[in-house]
Amino acid sequence: MTEKRIRVLVAKPGLDGHDRGAKVIARALRDAGMEVIYSGLRQTPEQIAAAAVQEDVDVVAMSLLSGAHNHLFPKVVQLLKEKGMDDVLVVGGGVIPDSDIPFLKEKGVSEIFTPGTPTSTVIEFIKNNVKKAVL
Amino acid sequence: MFDREKIKKTAAAKETWEKGMVAKALSRSKERFEEFVNTSGIKVDRLYTPVDLADFDYESSLGFPGEFPFTRGVQPTMYRGRFWTMRQYAGFATAEESNKRYKYLLEQGQTGLSVAFDLPTQIGYDSDDEIAQGEIGKVGVAIDSLADMEILFNGIPLDKVSTSMTINAPASILLAMYIAVAEKQGVTADKLNGTIQNDILKEYAARGTYIFPPEPSMRLITNIFEFCSQNVPNWNTISISGYHIREAGSTAAQEIAFTLADGIAYVEAAIKAGMNVDDFAGRLSFFFNSYNDLFEEVAKFRAARRLWAKIMKERFKAKDPRSMMLRFHTQTGGSTLTAQQPDNNIIRVTIQTLAAVLGGTQSLHTNSKDEALCLPTEDSVRIALRTQQIVAYESGVCDTVDPLAGSYYVESLTNALEKKAMDYIEKIDSLGGAVKAIEQGYIQKEIADSSYAYQKEIESGKRVVVGLNKFQIKEKPVEDLLRVDPIVGETQIKKLKAMKASRDNVAVKSKLEALCQAAQGDGNLMPYILDAVRVYATEGEICNVLREVFGEYRPVEIL
Repeated sequence: MTEKRIRVLVAKPGLDGHDRGAKVIARALRDAGMEVIYSGLRQTPEQIAAAAVQEDVDVVAMSLLSGAHNHLFPKVVQLLKEKGMDDVLVVGGGVIPDSDIPFLKEKGVSEIFTPGTPTSTVIEFIKNNVKKAVL
Repeated sequence: MFDREKIKKTAAAKETWEKGMVAKALSRSKERFEEFVNTSGIKVDRLYTPVDLADFDYESSLGFPGEFPFTRGVQPTMYRGRFWTMRQYAGFATAEESNKRYKYLLEQGQTGLSVAFDLPTQIGYDSDDEIAQGEIGKVGVAIDSLADMEILFNGIPLDKVSTSMTINAPASILLAMYIAVAEKQGVTADKLNGTIQNDILKEYAARGTYIFPPEPSMRLITNIFEFCSQNVPNWNTISISGYHIREAGSTAAQEIAFTLADGIAYVEAAIKAGMNVDDFAGRLSFFFNSYNDLFEEVAKFRAARRLWAKIMKERFKAKDPRSMMLRFHTQTGGSTLTAQQPDNNIIRVTIQTLAAVLGGTQSLHTNSKDEALCLPTEDSVRIALRTQQIVAYESGVCDTVDPLAGSYYVESLTNALEKKAMDYIEKIDSLGGAVKAIEQGYIQKEIADSSYAYQKEIESGKRVVVGLNKFQIKEKPVEDLLRVDPIVGETQIKKLKAMKASRDNVAVKSKLEALCQAAQGDGNLMPYILDAVRVYATEGEICNVLREVFGEYRPVEIL
């Protein structure tokens, strides 16, 4: 039996161009054996959801430092649901105040990783929480 | 600097010391690392002596402050005459809110303004554009038209302050708005002092707020050089930025190299456009980062200054010493700050401030302790500004020029960083220059490699970040963070709609058409942009005209 690798879309929603964190995460996930697709900058929620469908990913990992997370992250979750991708694990990271995290979780983002999180924590979380049947 | 015979004696004495004292000490206890290496990959020796500077020539390597090669500073007396400009980058929400923050900072003793724009403004979208939703007023102030700019500088006399604007792709438009606001205050353009960042190459490589492809972007930049040399002579027309390159994860050596390589590309573009090097080079300015490795950073600033002086003199045959001076603004390293135990960031910023000042900066922004969490509050900005004032007024480091010169370590490191940067610049030359190197993804790849290596060092514990991977404590969430009210977006859109309804729309249409025509030709676009701005054409409208003619940049994604 061949092992199916976890497929992750690392995405930068909105207009923020600071992609150091996104790129570091993308490399770390790849080094951890996952298949990683990086969206590039300035993706609308619609583009992110469409890419998630097209690439048939198991995980969408978004990074945002501009403060627009409360607007953009829930939108992506909602669009994924509309496209029937209920089983995609959605995580977010960036400069996000602790006080916003409950709201984002309520909207369907499974976990928020704030500055200083080791990449190993993100890798572990994804491995333990990926919802799709990964054989 | 040293006598040959004495060097030999010192070298011999050092060997004896290593074989005796050091060997004995090492046999008792090992050093913390097998090898000490700084962020630039330069090996740091146990001890520096005159032996490390055997070929050092004071006159050619250092010279005197204010003279070629400017290693010791661009002004003869440096901070003995006047401190650097204390310039805190600020802007958020609306023009009204930001105007209040500027007045507060000026009252607190800040000496220059520095405007942060929100992302839609930086990328040429009006607040009512669908793509702007959620981002309006978040990381800076929203400016849609001259009407907002009038509010932003209301009651601030533009002939008395110097203003730096962090704006790149649409720099020509924001500069035109600044000139137009000044006109309304009765201040002519030749009285204006300040800087626009206007550095598009680092946007493609590191920061991401580009609009147009490289070629028309370079044209807009050289148009600004030319327009300002004739009309706004005291304006710094570009701030060639290593700051964002470093924040994106480069090493100190890469920061110098990629910044100066971008500088070379701008000088070449302006010369190609028919300008004489000495007519614009004196108005080029630079922008660097300051991290925690005090000596590496000081050496970085000194090496950058010497290397640029040589490039301008030897490569571009500049004659005017002003063209050879690397004048720079510094910002302390935002990405070095931790969300954990945020008070520790005050100490980091203090070390970084010392590095910038010992390195001879012309202006400085100190980051606030809460910036890994959100936009800074008024209190945290004040502490950051006080940090600069304490270094300036109390530390004594400003009383003599370039106090670390002659340190065996600092001079060795300055030489090593210069050499490393020069190797990169030669590599970039061989790829066809900075524009080509960016288009091929070379610079992005180098930065991404360094950033990943740095992260791995932190995670392995090889690099200690206090409070993050060592000396952690259990913390309560930080309270009283600054929040931008979501209502700001709606208010801004309403204001924009009202402005559009009240302006002379026939005039707007005709000025935009004239700009469209001009963009298709090869003349200077600044006068057309200025005309459009004066009749309240919006930033988005002007950018859309240029997008039609120039197209938009599509990046190569490098992981």
